[in-house]
This record gives sequence, C-alpha cells and structure tokens, in this order.
Amino acid sequence: MSNLISKYFPLFTDTEVPHTVQARPDTGLYSAKLGIWLFLASEVMLFGGLFSAYIFLRIGAEPGYWPSGLLNVPVGTMNTAILIISSVTVVFAWAALKMRQLGKYRLYMLITILCGAIFLTVKLSYEWPAKFNHFGAFIRKESASKYEAFLGNKHLEATGQSPRWEITGHLLDAPKGSSYAHQAERNAEHFAHETGRHDAVTPAEDDYVIQVDAVNANPSDKDNDRPHFWPRETSSTLAVISAKDVESASVFAPRHSTYFATYFLITGLHGLHVLGGIIVFLYLWLPLPGGTGLYKTNPEHLANRVEIAGLFWHFVDLVWIFVFPIFYLL
Amino acid sequence: MSAPHTDHSSQPVLDSSSIHDVPANAAEIASHAVEYLKVGAALLVLTGVTVGLSYVDFGSRNMNIVVGMIVATIKAGLVAAIFMHLKGEKITIWRFLVMTGIFAAGLFFLTFLAHSDPVSGTFHATH
Amino acid sequence: MSTIAIADTGHHNAAKEHGHGEHHHHSELGFLQRWVFSTDHKVIGLQYAVTGLSFLFFGFLLMLVMRWQLASPGQPVPVVGAFLRSVFGQTVMTDAGALTAAGYNVFGAMHGTIMVFFGIVPVAVAGFGNFVVPLQIGAPDMAFPKLNMASFWCFFTSCVIMTGSFFVPGSAAKSGWTAYPPLAGIADLEGGNLWLNGQTIWLIAMVFNITGSLLGSINFITTIIQLRAPGLTWMRLPFFVWAQFVTAFLLVLAFPPLEAAGFMQLTDRVLGTSFFMPTGLMIGQSVAQTWSGGGSPILWQHLFWFLAHPEVYVLILPAIGIVSEVVANNTRKPLHGYKAMVYSLFVLGFLSFIVWAHHMYMTGMGAKVAAFFQVTTIMISVPSVILLTSLLMSLWGGSIRFNTPMLFATAFLPMFGLGGLTGIPLAFNAVDLFLHDTYYVIGHFHYVVAPGTIFGLFAGVYFWYPKVTGRKMSELLGRVHFWGSLITINGVFFPMFLQGMAGVHRRWYDGGVTYEQLAGPVLHWNKVMTISAGLLALFQLVFIWNFFTSWKLGQKVGRNPWDATTLDWDTPTPPPHGNFDKPLMVYRGPYEYSVPGHPTDFIPQTEKV
Repeated sequence: MSNLISKYFPLFTDTEVPHTVQARPDTGLYSAKLGIWLFLASEVMLFGGLFSAYIFLRIGAEPGYWPSGLLNVPVGTMNTAILIISSVTVVFAWAALKMRQLGKYRLYMLITILCGAIFLTVKLSYEWPAKFNHFGAFIRKESASKYEAFLGNKHLEATGQSPRWEITGHLLDAPKGSSYAHQAERNAEHFAHETGRHDAVTPAEDDYVIQVDAVNANPSDKDNDRPHFWPRETSSTLAVISAKDVESASVFAPRHSTYFATYFLITGLHGLHVLGGIIVFLYLWLPLPGGTGLYKTNPEHLANRVEIAGLFWHFVDLVWIFVFPIFYLL
Repeated sequence: MSAPHTDHSSQPVLDSSSIHDVPANAAEIASHAVEYLKVGAALLVLTGVTVGLSYVDFGSRNMNIVVGMIVATIKAGLVAAIFMHLKGEKITIWRFLVMTGIFAAGLFFLTFLAHSDPVSGTFHATH
Repeated sequence: MSTIAIADTGHHNAAKEHGHGEHHHHSELGFLQRWVFSTDHKVIGLQYAVTGLSFLFFGFLLMLVMRWQLASPGQPVPVVGAFLRSVFGQTVMTDAGALTAAGYNVFGAMHGTIMVFFGIVPVAVAGFGNFVVPLQIGAPDMAFPKLNMASFWCFFTSCVIMTGSFFVPGSAAKSGWTAYPPLAGIADLEGGNLWLNGQTIWLIAMVFNITGSLLGSINFITTIIQLRAPGLTWMRLPFFVWAQFVTAFLLVLAFPPLEAAGFMQLTDRVLGTSFFMPTGLMIGQSVAQTWSGGGSPILWQHLFWFLAHPEVYVLILPAIGIVSEVVANNTRKPLHGYKAMVYSLFVLGFLSFIVWAHHMYMTGMGAKVAAFFQVTTIMISVPSVILLTSLLMSLWGGSIRFNTPMLFATAFLPMFGLGGLTGIPLAFNAVDLFLHDTYYVIGHFHYVVAPGTIFGLFAGVYFWYPKVTGRKMSELLGRVHFWGSLITINGVFFPMFLQGMAGVHRRWYDGGVTYEQLAGPVLHWNKVMTISAGLLALFQLVFIWNFFTSWKLGQKVGRNPWDATTLDWDTPTPPPHGNFDKPLMVYRGPYEYSVPGHPTDFIPQTEKV
C-alpha cells in the first residue's frame, strides 16, 4: 500500500533535516517535541482567551442572568473519567512502543481512540441534543411579579440570594410564527401521551406554555436553592407566559445567553480538538506508512510521534479538567 | 528509481534487527508505568472530590469557585508533570511555558483590572 | 516488505554525502512538486513574498482610490471609474464611478487588513524569514518542511477567501480593520445572507490566516533553536535571525486570543450569540431582537488589541533586522552595540504584551489601569530607541557604500525615528483625548510602517535579489525608485500630523468637507497628499519594472556580490536543495568587517580563526 501512496503522491520529498529523531545535544530535545510544546503554548493562549472571555462575561453579568445547575453533572463526571482513562492508556501506548511491544501499543492506542470516540458520542448525541430540546424564557422585570409562583423572588430576596428571572422546562406551546413551533408540537404530543392531559396547548396565539423544571415548580423551596447532583424529572406543572412579558426566549442554544454561548463555544472547540486527536491517533494506529508501518523501519521515530500526539491529547484532557468544574459545577 | 519512499528524515537503518530489541532502559520505563497508574487513579479520585466539594457550602459562591479551581489546578499539575513528562523536562521547554504563563496571566489580570476600574461616575450597563 | 528496508538503507547511505541523494531526487520532481507543492524553504519563501508583494500593491491601489475621494469628494474616479464600478459593484461605487460612503469604508477596512495581514507579514516574516533564516543559520531547510508547506497553503486559502469577500452582496468588510462590535456584529446582516457577507467572510479568512501564521512561527522558533550549524552560538547569530526569532515568539503567543475572539464574533453573527452584543442594543429605532444581550464590546477590544499591539512589533522587527544586515555590510564595520540590540529585542518583546490598552484609553478606563498602561508604553520606547541609536551609531566612522539597499536602509532610520517619536504623545491618555482617532494616529503608524518597514523590505529585496537570481537589480532604476519614493511618501504622510492636530477624524469619507468650520484650514493638504500618493504609485512602477527585467537582464554576479560575512552568502547561487555544498563549521561572529591586519575587509563566519 505504501508503494501506491508513494507512487501517486510523491509530494513529500523533504530535505533531510537533522534532529528529527535524535536529540540535539545542547538542547536535549528532538525538534518535534519543541514544536509540539510551542503549539501547546499557543493553545494555552487560545483557550486562555476563551476563559478570559468567560470570566469577563460572568463577572459582568447581572444577577439572575448567569444560570447554574442546567448541565447534567453525572454525565459530565463520567465523560471526565473517560478522558482521564484515555490519558493513562495513551501514555501506556507510548511506553509499550519504547519497550518495543507492538501488540500492547496497538491495544492501548485502540482503547484511547475508543475513549475519545465515546466522549464525543456522549456529547454530540446526548448532551447537546438534550440542551436543544430544553427551553427557557427570561421574564421582563416589570412583569415578574405575575409569575412569582414560578420565580420565587420573595424567598430569594429574603434569603439574600440572586433573583431568578427565567422559567425553564419543555416548551409545549409557542406563539404563532415562532421558530420553535415544531418542537413545541412534538413536546405537546409527547406530554399528552405521557400524562393524558390536553391542557398543554392554549387557544391564545401569543402564549408560551412551558412544562416547568422542578426548580420553577417549587421556587421557594429551600431544597431548590442549590443544584442537585442527580438531574431531576421535569415537573408536571405548566406555566402559561404571555409573549409580551418575555424579554428573550430560546432553547438552550448558543444564542440563549452568554452562559450558553461560552459553554457551546468552549466545549465545541474542545470537541474539535478531541476529534483532531482521534484522527491523528487513527493515523498512528492503522498500518499506514507514517503510522504503524513506520514501526518496521524506525520504531523510535514512531515512538516519538506517539509521544507528540500524546502530549497534545494530555493537553486536551487538561483543558477539560478546567472546563468541567467551571461549567458543570460552579 | 521506483523505490517506495518512507520517511527520509529518520535515522539511517544499519541493522534492522537491533532496533526492535527491548531497550536497555526497559526497567526504568516499566517503573514509570506504575506511576502513571497511580496518577490516573489519583485523578479519578480528585474528580470525585471536585464534584463532592461543589455541593459543600463554603460561605459564598466565590469561595466555591476558589476551591474548585484549586482542585482543578492540582489535577492539571499532575497531568502536566507526570503524563506530559514536564517533571525533568529540558529547560528550553520550561522557559517557553513560564513566558506563556506570564502572558496568559497578564491577559486575565489586566483585562479584569480594566473591567473593575472604570471611570468613576459613569454608567456601565450589564444585562 | 523487506525491499523497503533495503531500499531505505541504500538511500540513506547515499544521503550521508551531504545533499547528494537529494539532487538525484530533485531532478525527478515535476513542475507541481518543484514550484507549487514544494517543501523547500526557499520556494515557500518566494511564494509568500510574491503573494505578499501582490497584496501590498493591491492594498496600495485601494488607498489611491480613497485618497482621490478625500481630495475630490463625490467626484468620479478619473480613467478607471467605470472599470471600478464594474468590478466592485454598486455598494462601493456610484453609477458615475465615484466612491460611495459604504465603498470608502470597504476600502478603508480592507486596506488596513490587507496591508497588515496579507502584505507586510507575509513578505517580512514569512517571505524573507523563510528564504534567509535557514541560510543564515547554516541549516539545510526549516525544522518542519511539510508543515511549512501546509502553512503557506493555509495562508493562500485565506488570501483567496479574503479576496472573494469583495464579490459577495454588500461587498467586503466595512467595519474597520479593527472590526469593533456591535457594528461589526450587525454589519450587512439585515436583509442579507447569513454567511455570504463581507464581515463574516473576513472572520473566516482571518481564522485561516492566523492558523497559517501560528504554524509558521512554530517552525521558525524550532528551526532557530535546533538547526544552527556547529559553532553558531546564540551571540554569533546575524541580528536578522534574532529579530525573526522574537517576531515568531510574538506571533505564537499573541495571535490565539484574536483567533478566539474571531470565533466569538463569528458565532455572534451566524448563531446569534451575545459575546460582544450588549443588552438593550438599538439598531435604528428599535431594540435588536436577535441577541439575548449580556455581552461586552470592550471584551472584543481587549482580545483584539492583545494581538494587535504585538502585531505592530511583528511589522517592524524583521525590517529592523534587514536594515541591520544591510547597514553592517555597507559600512564595512560591525553593528554597534550588537548585544544591547539583542537584549533590547527581549525587553521589547516582553513589554509588547502588556501595553495593549493604550489603544483603549477612550473606553472609560479608570486612573489605575490607565496609569499602568501609560507606564509600560513609555517604557517600551526605551528598547526601540536603543535599537535605532545603535543603528545610527553603526554609521559613524564607517566606510559607507551607498548602493540601493543602503539608501533604503539609511532612509529607514530617520523615517522610523519620526514614526516612533510621534508615538510618544499618544502614549499619554491626556493627550490621546485629543489625538485618538485623528489623522495624527494614521500619520504616526504609517511613518513606522510605510517609510519605515516597507523601505526596510525594499532594502531587503535589492540586497538578496542576487542570492535568489544570480543577478543584481539595476542601480540606476533603484536610485530613481528610492529618491522618488522618499520624497513622495513624506508628501503623503507628513501633512497627516497637521490635519490630526487640527482634529480631522480618521474615518471621514468626505475628506472633512462636512466639518469645514473645524477642519477648514487644513483641508487643502488633502490635495497635496493625493498628488503625492499618485506620484508614489508611479515610482513603484519603476521598481516593478526593475524587479522583473533584472531577472533576465541584470548584471550577473557570483555567490557573494556584496562581500558579506554571513552564511547566506556562502552558498551557491541560487542555493540548491539542501543549501550548502560543503560541511559547515562556524568560527566567528556575524560582522567581522575591517578586522585590522586581515588582507580583505571582511571575514566570512566559516573562516578558521
């Protein structure tokens, strides 16, 4: 196969450059190691820029407009564990290669790839879609007293906490012309099916009907002051909100609030880095000339490549170590 | 010449059998493997600690943030020092990382300073 | 599969004779592999340089149209008015061939973007850097040749995208090269396509440009650290290499926050996020409904200027590097204060990361933070002055040869001095209160970049042309180019200080006519500047003619026509794949000129002690 590739793609005919595999004596480094650390330094600045935006927007947010407890903590914890395990297996893969144990290298590398794939699958097929099916409406401050039953601001004020301006849950009915009409229809059908109730859809055309989350069903309950570890069932209480009382309303998408904007951008960019890492690992795992095919002629060079890719992967893990508490817990 | 191209920038291959032998420092690498396992376990435990501590009331929301960041920094330090081999890494790499840290800190701190020190008496709209 | 191992062994044995195996390879490469998808740093350097020079010229043409508008507001552009209308469309040009207000903003934003990111940086950093640095350090190529090629194609992709942005409905970006939200967040969205509009495409092009820049900088730093020839210690490096080293460092660490901000502005535009969109934003008469609010326009400014300040040092340092090489060579004496210059580079590089908010004095910063940035900004003038003074003192007592490169290098010094000195008042927020966003600022930074950096780049082109082609450019045409450019360029930029101090705003599209009562006395300078700009353009045609005809008709020269000491002049001309035709060992510093007792007035770095 490498014959074919070289024949049709003889593009990569580099000049022979020293210190690719053997370290340069005075620096003690082979070039790619320096290169990857420089790249990681730039990535620190990239995610640093994003985190500084997070800090800036969070401290600048008016109380009540920076939510917490909206993300699935058990799932996030599990994903964190999966990345940590993959960090261990990738360094085992490198060690196996240094010890010239090809079979072990392939095994650990495969586990690393699978862990990465599971991480992405959980995020893209469970976490994010769940967000896009969850709705929130910010109530105008001047109308908030009408919805006190769902906001509980008297209790919050009495206990010195930040006010609550948002009613969240599953959207069952949207105003006419809303882009969420389709989702509302689906949810209303599901609701009717589950509970046998048919009061989800109101005759008025400019109403939001939301099947509220537990925290909005009992907003003055002390138990609801802080988020819970296990996500709770949506309640069966319905909130009917007039569109003219709504400041802004959307599903939990990037546009919803600066919180979700930062969450999706940072986890999205992080996810792209996970994907990039998986692709590189696949290249090093499959019997390609630059991957496992290199083991035959120059196993040390392959070990270096795995070390470099592993450094990138550890960095990706490191970013997640900060992302997880910042968004899921704090 | 129709010889297939492998990577030309690698070491010359003189004797194809010796490069696949178990190297002299095998025992050293194997001992590192135990360390990796221990650190991996520690990270998993610390993850649980992070989650647990987030439900403890440390007085104010800000204190919870500080505690959470301390634990995260410890975890990050372990990953960097042990998994990324920074412990015992060459000084060139350290120099770049220190510079990066200084400038990242500058970005965070000076931006925060500018935000928290506005011209007095002006209106700063938030949400 | 064993055939691979055997063939590899044979090949590597051949390659042990330095470069021999590669010659054999090289002759088999087709046109595409040799000139288009090459991994050779020299080819890549030329690719960057030619692309960058083309964009510099294009950016210059945009400015010429703007200058016409400023001198003769509302008048159709002469000769090419109809042509411009057909190319740029009705947003930019009226039917009669005059620049519209929107068109002025398009040209203004794109002139800035193109000159900085698609002109100067590719030529100065990637073009000269790629070609010269491996030669000057005695390396066969860059540390990562494939990555180098990938960086160029990433950059080229950004060029295609950015150029394409002129041809979407509403034309290209028009919110300034600084792209401040909320304006940049909403521009061209109302009634337009979500993706196919100028500002969105600008952001996408910038992401590619930044990525290419990052990959290239990583290559430079690694190359300079890892691939220096034996004996080439750090303090024996040519100053140009030091300048490129620090420049690459600035790019690696300063660019990513802008890339992050670019993603954020992109999502603000296409996903409706509110990173930079404040609460209660009003567009026209009504509150904007698309965004949730809660964002901060100031956040963009912080992230933008965090890059854009180090970026200006990226623009100047390679030129200072080139000027240093040319000055040392043509004064026939070592650079004065080489060590002080190197340490100044470190201090300059470090400080450049903590001065950025001097571009934001008018954003409502309090006294503490403004004081901090004023102090660091004044501090950063010290290493700049050390660099300039060292170069001036390098002239003293020299046996100066005023060939064309030296003319440009010498003129660089007072021009850069003017640019730097006019920056000092801007460092103080009290003065900046009056000068911010006026033509004074434009005059200041153009002096540094135009008669500053670009003159440095011209010096470099005339200087290294014989190494690339084996022929010298015409001295006569070079002198015409030089004197014409020097006089006219001052005619373009000096009056800007006068206009700025009178309060003429930097983004007025009508040349200040609407503000006659404020700016009346200085508006006549518009005509002077426009005529100077037109003449400046004519003198560049002389350069372009010289550049292309000397390739075939220039005086043929050997491998070291300037009698230079550095390793780049020790290669065959043009340097082959692998660069050097002998094993290298460096024994000396970079500027051993006029060493007493030596038969010649220069000693190459490789000559034994």
